[in-house]
Amino acid sequence: MPVVSIREALNQAMDEEMARDDRVFLMGEEVAQYNGAYKVSQGLLAKYGPRRIIDTPIAEAGFAGIGIGAAMVGLRPIVEFMTWNFSLVAYDQIVNHAAKMLSMSGGHFSVPIVFRGPGGAAHNLGATHSQALESIYAHFPGLKVVMPSNPRDAKGLLKTAIRDNNPVIFIESEVMYGEKGEIPEGEYTIPFGIGEIVQEGSDVTIVSWSKILQHVAIKAASRLADEGVSVELIDPRTIRPMDWELIFHSVKKTNRLVIVEEGWPFAGVGAQISHEVSSNCFDDLDAPVERVTQEDVPLPYAHNLEIASLPSIQKVIRAVRKVLYLD
Amino acid sequence: MATKILMPKLSDTMTEGVILKWVKKEGEKVKQGEILVEIESDKADMELEAYDSGILRKIMIAAGGSAAIGAPIAIIADAEEDISALLTEIPASPGNAPKQELTDETPKSSGPTPLSPASETTGVRIKASPVAKRLAAESKIELRTLIGSGPQGRIIKRDIQPLLSNKKQVSMKPAAPIISGGYQDVELSLIRKTIAKRMQESKQIVPHFYVTVEIDMEPAMAFRDQLNAAAGSKMSFTDILVKASAVALMKHPNINATYRGNSMRQFGEAHIAVAVALEDGLVTPVLRNCEQKTILQLNAELRDLAERARNRRLKPEEYQGATFTISNLGMFGVKDFAAIVNPPEGAILAVGAIIEKPVVKKGAIVIGHTMSVTLSSDHRIIDGSVAARFLEDVKLLVENPAALLL
Amino acid sequence: MNMTAELNALHERLLHLPPETLLKWYDEMLLIRRFEEKCAQLYGMGKIGGFCHLYNGQEAVATGSIGAITPEDYVITAYRDHGLAISKGLEPRRILAELLGKSTGTTKGKGGSMHLFDREKNFLGGHAIVGGHIPLAAGAAFASKYRNEKRVCLCFMGDGATNIGEFHESLNLAALWKLPVIYIIENNKYGMGTSVDRASAVEMLIKKAAAYDMRCGVVEDGHDVLKVYETVKAAVDHARSTYEPSLLEVQTFRYRGHSMSDPIHGHYRTKEEVETQKKLDPLTVFAEVLKESQIAGDEYFKTAEKRIKSVVEECVQFTEQSPEPPLGDLYTDVYAD
Repeated sequence: MPVVSIREALNQAMDEEMARDDRVFLMGEEVAQYNGAYKVSQGLLAKYGPRRIIDTPIAEAGFAGIGIGAAMVGLRPIVEFMTWNFSLVAYDQIVNHAAKMLSMSGGHFSVPIVFRGPGGAAHNLGATHSQALESIYAHFPGLKVVMPSNPRDAKGLLKTAIRDNNPVIFIESEVMYGEKGEIPEGEYTIPFGIGEIVQEGSDVTIVSWSKILQHVAIKAASRLADEGVSVELIDPRTIRPMDWELIFHSVKKTNRLVIVEEGWPFAGVGAQISHEVSSNCFDDLDAPVERVTQEDVPLPYAHNLEIASLPSIQKVIRAVRKVLYLD
Repeated sequence: MATKILMPKLSDTMTEGVILKWVKKEGEKVKQGEILVEIESDKADMELEAYDSGILRKIMIAAGGSAAIGAPIAIIADAEEDISALLTEIPASPGNAPKQELTDETPKSSGPTPLSPASETTGVRIKASPVAKRLAAESKIELRTLIGSGPQGRIIKRDIQPLLSNKKQVSMKPAAPIISGGYQDVELSLIRKTIAKRMQESKQIVPHFYVTVEIDMEPAMAFRDQLNAAAGSKMSFTDILVKASAVALMKHPNINATYRGNSMRQFGEAHIAVAVALEDGLVTPVLRNCEQKTILQLNAELRDLAERARNRRLKPEEYQGATFTISNLGMFGVKDFAAIVNPPEGAILAVGAIIEKPVVKKGAIVIGHTMSVTLSSDHRIIDGSVAARFLEDVKLLVENPAALLL
Repeated sequence: MNMTAELNALHERLLHLPPETLLKWYDEMLLIRRFEEKCAQLYGMGKIGGFCHLYNGQEAVATGSIGAITPEDYVITAYRDHGLAISKGLEPRRILAELLGKSTGTTKGKGGSMHLFDREKNFLGGHAIVGGHIPLAAGAAFASKYRNEKRVCLCFMGDGATNIGEFHESLNLAALWKLPVIYIIENNKYGMGTSVDRASAVEMLIKKAAAYDMRCGVVEDGHDVLKVYETVKAAVDHARSTYEPSLLEVQTFRYRGHSMSDPIHGHYRTKEEVETQKKLDPLTVFAEVLKESQIAGDEYFKTAEKRIKSVVEECVQFTEQSPEPPLGDLYTDVYAD
């Protein structure tokens, strides 16, 4: 199987979908002549020309709105936000227009658009450039929220997103664009709402996604294995729709759940998972659901404070030991 | 054509309006489109225009008065028209009632309840994790008898695990042995002695044979849920079986019978005994005339009898005179078993657990819930086909439980 | 103003348009007026809930503008959308049903007064967020150019919307990328209760086009359906041949308040101002022109009045007989298949 980086996987997805369907085009800051701020759209301008790979000025509300209007009348835009932090200037367009158009128009106008870009913290970027915003998009009925954690999922899920007739919020991670992994040969897509058991276990279920899954949860699971704790690690891959059955089935087996995410605790995605599990797996829980989240503060700049603010392997181990009553 | 002018809705949040000034006076001519009156809404002062032409015959709410939206405020009609019918509906103005002050309701804060230390034995609320509670209930382990190792004395899964037979154990603590040494002698109680004598007799004298059927329990499960929801009762499957057996016994007099040497006595009433387990044996309180009682009555009676049976407060007539017995080991997970006939009865019905397993329905494999019942019969008065037909009817009734309400 | 000289000049221009078109325009404006009056009555009776923004007085803008485009062209507007919807060909009975929240409404009762849509008629809404629809208009124009079509998009907005960010971003992008969108500011002098001079740094709104080097135009007599038609037609033709957008300002006036919760006068407009403006009623002005040029006589206008009245009555009956949406509709059209 070919081995590619997440960056290449995303590039292949957009390339294949654009070749397949003339209605698909890419729009965003620096996506064309600069070849992408993070090189995700490298080579696409040369291949498809300026009609389909379009550089925009810094006007997120404006070009997000243009994408939505074009989608309403039948095109299939991919709108890139240089980072998801900047999507907040276009928040009105996304949640008031894209998310609600099908419903408000009684079915007249659907919005087959993909908004994609990197989210979450990198290093020393400060509070406004480091936010994990999946929960404030997952909150809205009408949107879908997708967060791949590896190249295979990145490509398969982005192809599905482009073919989906709904507005899709596709959140990548700038820190992971270079990470490599195997992808299937040839044409494939991955459906939404199907999570993956990254590793099977029996003592505790950990649900995590995107960068935190790869950089924190997997490593914590490995350290816990050394201490004799068997972790079942789940990657939901899509936040909305969420693969609830997979999580419930696991918690019924292990009786314990720890959620590890980069967002803040108040009304975060983990809060929703915690509620669903306590409702559906009440009689199978041996301990309350634990969450490891970003600390409830704007992300600071100083290196040591930034590290202390984000989820860590130590914090995960502590949470797992707590639900196992090991301390 | 007389029309009532109603207080209009002049803003999306308005609930009542105040009349500021009548631009037209009573008796004055009004043309469609002319301003009739000025009204104060919750947002602004608005003018209301007339939608019809005519004479403003009656003003019902004067300037300064208020009315709720939709309430009549005036009548426009022709000069000579009779408007008495419309006048009788003049409402009392709600504007005079004092507006109710919204009292600031702050809930009384009583402070955090102090956490009580592990005090399971004093009858204070027992803390246990949901899975621990479930496992304890399934295995009939009293939470009161456990010490919790979780925070604040919470009983958690690993506290129960050693007491379960075939579950995976997280903690490796070994279970305490029940008997130390080689053996112990236990004196037989009166009940134990009686059971010993009667069961031996039965097995030696009564020629037993056994017939088993599997019953699809899904209709009964739904029926029980519906009935409990509607009647607020706690009906069990034993109650359903008692009723079904009673109905079936009326149709099969050979089962509801006793061997008497040269004859068999067939009973016209179904007095059904239900086996109740005690610490050192079992007792069988009798439900009389089950064929006449409703399931809810049987349920109430059985609960009462069982309670008193466990407390050794049954009167003799309450555990004698049965014509049929039902014994249920389902709560222990037993799939099926064969009971011993209680002489002088002709038969006894042994009930197993409801098991979730794949079944075939309409040619497809689906998940079903089945229960095995085994009839042990006295072959001196009951033949195979008789027993089989009786069980067929019991099965039919349990699988179509609505019939039991008739 | 010398009415006779004006009318004679108009007579000239009338000759280029077929009489059927002119009479159709009159009927349409009359229908919009009577329809909006009925909405006012129904709102007062509590049958229409929420917000209701009426078009009385602005009819010439809708009829004149949409008269300049074809059914394939897109129209999008803000929340004062009843008149434009009728002009674009949505059935009045279904518009009224939508206002009353019935399942037979244009958007199945899910949208209400501010969210009228029709995909077949290329009417892209009906939007409640001020300025939120302006980038969408550029998007529709973008799609037309992307597909090498000749379609244009008319984007209507109020004077207040010219101050919001999405207006500026949208105009910049449309000018930069040459998108065939015609922005039409329906300047009725007030953004709810705030007059233009208290909201915009430039009172002459088309000056904002200069910031983007965009073609612009003004219709000072926005009550004159022919003048509106002329100016919009020129902008539409320009966009079709060059893809270049325009910013147009049509000076008009609304006879009713901003919405049904807003008074007609006394709050921020004087009674005199309203009465003066009402003298230039699009209906009466156009009727005069038609009479003067002998395209229609008094008989025509009498029967038109009767005809339109019964159309509106039929709408009311249709609406009252229509059912509310079934509860199951709560969960439909949230996600597309």
